[in-house]
Amino acid sequence: MLRFVRQRVTASLISLVGLIVLVFFLSRLTGDPTNLFLPIDASDQMREQFRQLHGLNDPLIVQFGRYVWDLLHLDFGESIRQARPAINVVLQAFVWTFQLAVITMVLVTLAAVVCGSLAAFNAGGLFDRFVSLLSLIGAAAPDFWVAIVAITLLAVKLSWLPTSGTGTLWHWIMPIGVLFIRPFGLILQVVRGSMLSTLGSAYVKTARAKGVRTKSIIFVHTLRNALLPVITVIGDQAASLLNGAVVVETIFGFPGVGKLMIDSILQRDFNVILAAIMVTALAIFVMNILIDLGYALLDPRIRY
Amino acid sequence: MSEHLIEVRDLVVRFHTAAGPVTAVDGVSWYLDRGETLAILGESGSGKSVSASAVMDLIDIPPGEIARGSVLFEGRDLLKLSREERRRIHGKRIAMIFQDPLAHLNPTYSVGWQISEMMTAHGISRAAAGQRALELLRRVGIPDPEGALGRYPHQFSGGQRQRLMIAMALAMKPDILIADEPTTALDVTVQAEVLALLKELQKETGMGLLLITHDLGVVAEVADRVVVMNAGKVVETGTARDVYHNPAHPYTRRLIGAAPGKGAMHEPVATGEPLLRIENLTKSYGAVEALKGISFDLLPGETVAVVGESGSGKSTLARTLLRLEDASGGRALWKGRDLLAMSTRDMFALRRQIQMVFQDPSQSLNPRMSVFQLISEAWAIHPDILPKARWRERVAELLTQVGLSPDHARRYPHQFSGGQRQRIAIARALALEPDLIVCDEAVSALDVSIQAQVIALLDQLRRDLGIAFLFIAHDLPVVRDFADHVVVMQGGRLVEKGTVRQIFDTPKEPYTRALLAAGLDPDPDVQASRRKTRAAPALALL
Repeated sequence: MLRFVRQRVTASLISLVGLIVLVFFLSRLTGDPTNLFLPIDASDQMREQFRQLHGLNDPLIVQFGRYVWDLLHLDFGESIRQARPAINVVLQAFVWTFQLAVITMVLVTLAAVVCGSLAAFNAGGLFDRFVSLLSLIGAAAPDFWVAIVAITLLAVKLSWLPTSGTGTLWHWIMPIGVLFIRPFGLILQVVRGSMLSTLGSAYVKTARAKGVRTKSIIFVHTLRNALLPVITVIGDQAASLLNGAVVVETIFGFPGVGKLMIDSILQRDFNVILAAIMVTALAIFVMNILIDLGYALLDPRIRY
Repeated sequence: MSEHLIEVRDLVVRFHTAAGPVTAVDGVSWYLDRGETLAILGESGSGKSVSASAVMDLIDIPPGEIARGSVLFEGRDLLKLSREERRRIHGKRIAMIFQDPLAHLNPTYSVGWQISEMMTAHGISRAAAGQRALELLRRVGIPDPEGALGRYPHQFSGGQRQRLMIAMALAMKPDILIADEPTTALDVTVQAEVLALLKELQKETGMGLLLITHDLGVVAEVADRVVVMNAGKVVETGTARDVYHNPAHPYTRRLIGAAPGKGAMHEPVATGEPLLRIENLTKSYGAVEALKGISFDLLPGETVAVVGESGSGKSTLARTLLRLEDASGGRALWKGRDLLAMSTRDMFALRRQIQMVFQDPSQSLNPRMSVFQLISEAWAIHPDILPKARWRERVAELLTQVGLSPDHARRYPHQFSGGQRQRIAIARALALEPDLIVCDEAVSALDVSIQAQVIALLDQLRRDLGIAFLFIAHDLPVVRDFADHVVVMQGGRLVEKGTVRQIFDTPKEPYTRALLAAGLDPDPDVQASRRKTRAAPALALL
């Protein structure tokens, strides 16, 4: 098991290095940030000074060498825009995104597992058809459209909820609600399908022949086995949320890492882009390792 | 009131399918008394399991429907009880074990937990249940019972898993044990042990045992009475001896007649240079040696059977010869040239001379290809055999040769029965006009009557076309009727080889003798006398 974790960590670090190289050079292709930061009437001297200060005049390879050297000392560089360490900027935003992702995924998982299990147990019934329809609509509706409709209806027309920001608990409802829809529909369908095939399995038949109670058959014998394929999908969905729900964060003015990334790309705030990508990548690597360990926990046949 | 332990009366069960209702059992009646063993004997599709499923409330309604009949247990009709009342009977009063214990045990819970659950579901405390689970594991002969409680199903062997199922089923000391094909997936030697255990436990507890099986040998070994089923109806019932010796119904007669291992044995006549000479063949997977120096010859037009239990290396042998896997050492000379050292190009040309027929035709035939495509595909790969203009004609010819009709060419595999599918697989192998056909458990998945037909077909092809067969099987009686030479394997080692007569009449090695002794004869009298001789050494030890 320790060997497995070590292997996965090594593999993750290698991809992280590749990612840094790729993003470092690609982001430089977008152009020089100087003109974006200084006012239009700034003198050539001021521009030159700005470039000197941020080391933008050096050859790219020298800039890269300097960046890596600093990185090895855990220095992610300064944010040009905010004039403070890039990593602080990113971590501050990541905390928001992390909260949003965790709360959404916990709600989605609970709701999808319960609804999916019940739908499967009564396959073809009224409840099954209702949730299947719901999840189809959820999967088909684009999230930016749902977000805008929600703002128009709940915030503007009815004034029940604030349009954007993060001040109170009420601020969280719309972003979470919009993010909830798509993974809920998807995971519900996976749970339903997996439960259906597991309910037809031979060991469930054995449980029936043992005189085990129905509740126990569904939630003890079937669910644990049915959850194995579901975990993969949950992980996949959680990863896309951790990456920053760019559209939703932008629409609701939510100060998460997705919005931060978009802003820093537009402003060519290179150090922030790189730090944001490293932090989210790291979070996804950690989560994938946790998912693999979760597999081993649920299924005794899997041992690392 | 019924004075029997359990009685099924006039049961009719239908299943509503997309193609209309199908009557699975039609007016089936049987009874079981305390301490008695009743066997329900039938082939696939006979409905032999359906009445037991009705007893255990395992028929899904819908699509199933119990149209008529009753199941009397202690004077009550089980079919009229509520779900909860029936649940309290299941496992506690009537327990059931199944064919494939690996699939029927939950993979994610420990064995101890699953056995205990049988008891906690019926109101016994977890501590008491744990105690009893340990006792049960000891009773059914699981090694290291304390440790076994915490292990998971996949960590046991096939025979041990069935013992675990039996331990679980007997936890509540049920009055009735239903065993649905309990030994079908097991090796013969393990089958004998499991059946003996069931009989012993029955003697101890006095339970009634209902055994569902397709195997006349199992009936002969354990059953007092037998109910023979065909196409959803009971065709004959009586004591196991009576039914075997004086079968009244033509179907029963046909079934008994089809039992393998009764015909005349072949006298090998083939002479000349060997078609295939295997010399000291070895294969290892890491530290595991799957083949430990196998050597034998196969002459043109002759059948060599390779017999062994699971893990004997018999399938590895076939796969290695066909270069589906690389050998670790040794030679396999095909008409004097070493198969194992051939280049890919030479091997390609040679493949048409060696064809293979697999165990499960529903998996080895591509379901999206018609029979014509399946058979003619070979000629598309080896274009020099037959010009395209003659394909249709030749497919028709081959289908006739394997006992199918030329218009079957347009159909797809799912439209055929298991036996017919295996005939298609054989026709496909014949398309390349091979010198050798390797059959890997080619008749194991088939019903006995179909098995006999396929064997007869292979035998005829050998006579008419002079094709040699390498016939890999776990089933000795099948081999007895068909092989010229027999090679017995165990644990990757060649134990004994000889003519079919030498192996069956005068086996030299103890393992061969044990294998032959463990095989079940369809005649109850033969089995009874074998049981006596088996018991004798045990008594001598006392």
